[in-house]
Amino acid sequence: MSTAATVESRPYWLSAPGLVLFASMLGTPLLMTLVLSFYGFDFTKGIQPGFTLANYVEVLSDSYFHKIFLRTFLISLAVTAICILLGAPEAYILSRMRNPWKSLFLIVILGPLLISVIVRTLGWALLIGGKGMISEFLQLVGITDEPFSLMFTQTGMIIALVHVLVPFMVLSVWASIQRIDPQAEDAALTLGASKMTVLRRIVLPQIMPGVLSGSLIVFALTASAFATPSIIGGRRLKVVATTAYDEYLNTLNWPLGAAIALLLLVANVAIIMSYNRFIEKRYAKIFE
Amino acid sequence: MKKNGPIELIFHTVFILFLIAPLAAVVLVSFTDKGYLSIPTNGPSLRWFRAIFDYPGFIDAFWMSLYLGLASATFAIAVAIPAAIAIGRFRFTGRDAITGFFMSPLMIPAVVMGVSFLRFFNQIGLSGTFIGITMAHTILIMPYALRLVLASITGLPRDAEQAAATLGASRWTVFRRITLPLILPGIAGGWLLAFITSFDEVTMSIFVASPETMTLPVRMYHHIAQTIDPLIASISTVLIVVTVVLMLALDWFYGLDRILVGKG
Repeated sequence: MSTAATVESRPYWLSAPGLVLFASMLGTPLLMTLVLSFYGFDFTKGIQPGFTLANYVEVLSDSYFHKIFLRTFLISLAVTAICILLGAPEAYILSRMRNPWKSLFLIVILGPLLISVIVRTLGWALLIGGKGMISEFLQLVGITDEPFSLMFTQTGMIIALVHVLVPFMVLSVWASIQRIDPQAEDAALTLGASKMTVLRRIVLPQIMPGVLSGSLIVFALTASAFATPSIIGGRRLKVVATTAYDEYLNTLNWPLGAAIALLLLVANVAIIMSYNRFIEKRYAKIFE
Repeated sequence: MKKNGPIELIFHTVFILFLIAPLAAVVLVSFTDKGYLSIPTNGPSLRWFRAIFDYPGFIDAFWMSLYLGLASATFAIAVAIPAAIAIGRFRFTGRDAITGFFMSPLMIPAVVMGVSFLRFFNQIGLSGTFIGITMAHTILIMPYALRLVLASITGLPRDAEQAAATLGASRWTVFRRITLPLILPGIAGGWLLAFITSFDEVTMSIFVASPETMTLPVRMYHHIAQTIDPLIASISTVLIVVTVVLMLALDWFYGLDRILVGKG
């Protein structure tokens, strides 16, 4: 189909519809939000076109926003750590299963990714609420006398987010396990290495790229998560995404909301980029 | 093949239970016969499934989500097919940049896209319109559509195409009679994955949807923010069933592990 010589114009024509769509429908809105973030805002007069850094100064200097950004960061860190501890071993266990169990459980683990985040979060609200099933169960068994609720707590938010995001970790580690030569493990065992040594010296180093790229996805998605923190955290326990939402749809201070949203975007892109670079450098050989 | 020991199997069981628990909770509660959240004790009742029909808001939102998913998935795949051919079959200046641009919605937080579309549609007069929200969804699901079509194109041996071309078939005929049928599973899989993603999307849609274009997940979100009742559980159960059916279709067309593990 393609000829190697001369400048070929066909690929540009073929990608043109997408490029036009993306430039007009994604590029323009993002640029407009950037411009908006430099506008002023007055509670009586509304949005004031112009150029001011006031919104960024406010977000970066106000301890109220510091707390929200710090909370978002710490929750993302916790969720990522728990996802590693749960997801990586599970992917390894899964890889040692036989079919049909392997395929079955892979679908059970990955399937929830396709189920709406609203439904999954609702499930946790039903489980961990004051009248929820876990509370009822604990009272029934007699561990506690009072209703026990994790709704509107950071712990509850972390549990629900781990549930929403852990499939990504399993997926990512699973993909790197596929690349492991099973004979390396056998060879080490034959040569007298203990199971622990094999795990530590053979398996772990080889699944590290998967763990790292999984953490990246989980961290980035937690940091920008909206629906789960909003439902489980409620109005008081705000994260960055829910704060941007409030500025837009409750306070109606769009310029400030735009500044918060863009800081979130920049942080997200920076993390992903630096991480990618790190992984490429550190593990370039493995991916070859 | 090494076997998992008892500790591994216990870990695995707990893990699976953790994953299933909230979904099981939703399904259980939806079959209650009481007026409040509870586990059905006298057998399953369909009371709350019948109740869904008394809430036209949810019914309308379901149809809205369906039309929106059909429109945006179809639009996205129509744009993704030529783009995937360009990226998969040619080496050209700007190829990586273009691929990155098409994949960028995966990197942009949904909230950021939501607020950007909100402002944009307000300024150009598309706010609250079906066209507006369809465009927004098309952008959001494009990476999924592109990835699957691209994967099926890159893995395609070229000999049949070359044979057809040698025998005098025009480029269009080669594409229509040889390439297209061969990448059809990728197209079908990409379309379905795009559809499911659109159908489930909530965060961005919250900003873009007006009362007239409110999707099912957005309406559910607003309902849950007010009150959690068995009604929302029964609606969620319906959604779970719909998703599982679509998931099986996806598995049939393309192989679920292939899509999600992303061998492309």
